[in-house]
Amino acid sequence: MTLLSVRDVSKRFGGLQAVSDLSFDVARGSIKALIGPNGAGKTTLFNLISGVLEPDRGEIVFCGTALQALSTHQIASRGLVRTFQHIRLFPKMTVLENIMVGRHVHSGAGFLAGMLNLPFTWKEERRIREKSFEIMELLGIADFAGTEATSLAYGQQRVVEIGRALACEPKLLLLDEPAAGLNMRETSEMGGLISKIRDMGVTVLLVEHDMELVMKISDEVVVLSYGQKIAEDRPLSIQKNPEVIRVYLGDDQ
Amino acid sequence: MRARYLPVVAFAGLVVAIQLATHFTDSAYHLTQLTMTAYYSLLIVGLCMLIGYAGQISLGHAGFFAIGGYLSAFLTTHNLAPHQAGALISLLSKSGLLVTRSDLYGGSLLTVHPWCACVAAAIVTVAIAYLVGGPVLKLRGHYLAMATLGFGVIVYRIVLGTEFLGAADGISDVPGFPLLPGLEIAGKSSLRVPNYYVAWGLVTLGMVLLLNLIHSRVGRALVSIHGAEDAAGAMGIPTARYKLNTFVLSAVFASLAGVLLTHYNGGIGPSEASVMKSVRYVAIVAIGGMANLWGALSMSLVLNYLSLRGYLGSFDDAVFGTILILIMLFAPDGLLRRHLFSDVKRLVTGSAADEEAP
Repeated sequence: MTLLSVRDVSKRFGGLQAVSDLSFDVARGSIKALIGPNGAGKTTLFNLISGVLEPDRGEIVFCGTALQALSTHQIASRGLVRTFQHIRLFPKMTVLENIMVGRHVHSGAGFLAGMLNLPFTWKEERRIREKSFEIMELLGIADFAGTEATSLAYGQQRVVEIGRALACEPKLLLLDEPAAGLNMRETSEMGGLISKIRDMGVTVLLVEHDMELVMKISDEVVVLSYGQKIAEDRPLSIQKNPEVIRVYLGDDQ
Repeated sequence: MRARYLPVVAFAGLVVAIQLATHFTDSAYHLTQLTMTAYYSLLIVGLCMLIGYAGQISLGHAGFFAIGGYLSAFLTTHNLAPHQAGALISLLSKSGLLVTRSDLYGGSLLTVHPWCACVAAAIVTVAIAYLVGGPVLKLRGHYLAMATLGFGVIVYRIVLGTEFLGAADGISDVPGFPLLPGLEIAGKSSLRVPNYYVAWGLVTLGMVLLLNLIHSRVGRALVSIHGAEDAAGAMGIPTARYKLNTFVLSAVFASLAGVLLTHYNGGIGPSEASVMKSVRYVAIVAIGGMANLWGALSMSLVLNYLSLRGYLGSFDDAVFGTILILIMLFAPDGLLRRHLFSDVKRLVTGSAADEEAP
């Protein structure tokens, strides 16, 4: 069953056609990877899906809702949550507080309730805290709960960022280069974590440059080149696809 | 009791201690400036919420202070008696929203009741803050600073140039603000002590509300917007609305401060709307540590008091300008930072202090 459907989407920046007539579906409960050489339009596509950019043409449908007209926070509250290529944790906040921000869409205390410290907010805060600890334990970062998030090692910051996204209980998680800057061991752990997230029932769409990781964990791979889809298949077939090999290794004619 | 309220108790103790000290040293005249300081502090803590927590600068908050003060002053001094025959006035009069009192020369005055004027000032402030904040808060950094500065200048020129607002003289003979029988917010020396407690009681109440807010879901969202706005949006936080609401909240704090101080002083003049006042408020929040309500409050207490007592002489504005420059140069996060206490603790104990442990 389709969770996210990208239909004939195009985006142009001045003279650069970043994405052109791109279509693909993401099936519920799968891990789909977007790969392609630098400048293929992967990040643009991510920004289009998460609402940072608006497509010039085409539509993006998530759970039956068209996303073009929605802002980023509305898209997130519908269960489509992203991480960033360059880690965007909240500075001056602990790991716990960072994860707690992820519970925002699942709680409701507003300005007035907050100022008056109404009793229903106490229960809500306790639930937010409990759920955040659950997530930190799942990811093995509970020991850092009270540490300022931006003071952690790079690899751990990535895990915190994914934890913050998971706190939103997304239906679809967009991971923008989750292994960027990680060493081999951390990358392999990240692969295990992403598979685990999929097994929890969260659909994953990721952009990644590490081919070993992509081939190991993905159910399906979409290959982009100059904003166009040149292949969409299972990892093993992608590796044998002559068009993909040409794009990655160059044309030797 | 929650740890966040312990400083509130300590603060209330300090308020009482200061009053007792002036009582036993026979220097109760200090209480007048301290009461005025309290009302300015109400504005300061609201502004601290906006600058320090939501991360949005405003160089126009004296404008909101003036809107509150001038509206209340105008409504409670403008004589409606000549219009008494009009349908609207008689309706207002019948619903008890107007009040008759006598002026200095024994003549009879029909004016809006101070409570109604206060509510009207708050409503108008909310409306203006939404109208101004909506477009202006789309700007960032110094663009936002300049736009809010523009708003402050507009308010200043309007009150200075409007005849019925007293132009350069401002509005005087503003009546007291009745609270209980025998108790009103007014500058009478017989009411000096109760007024001192009323003013600082209101500041304490404001502090409790804001402390609650920063420890709530909204407070967390505001700090996250300050830290990484795009990521906050990606977590489902409606960043524009949260910034706007905080702007309006701080404007209401400023406006109420203006209303109450105007009744206490018995008048208001255009200098309250001047840009240098706005600069002063930002300087106090900055030296107080930006995201530090207690820091802002203590700096407000000290600096406003010194200024009102005239210790800063005619260099008043220069002192605050200099403070702002020095803070921006050497401690852009503010002097009294949020982690100052844990830093000191770490120095003393030699170990990492884990604050906010669950």
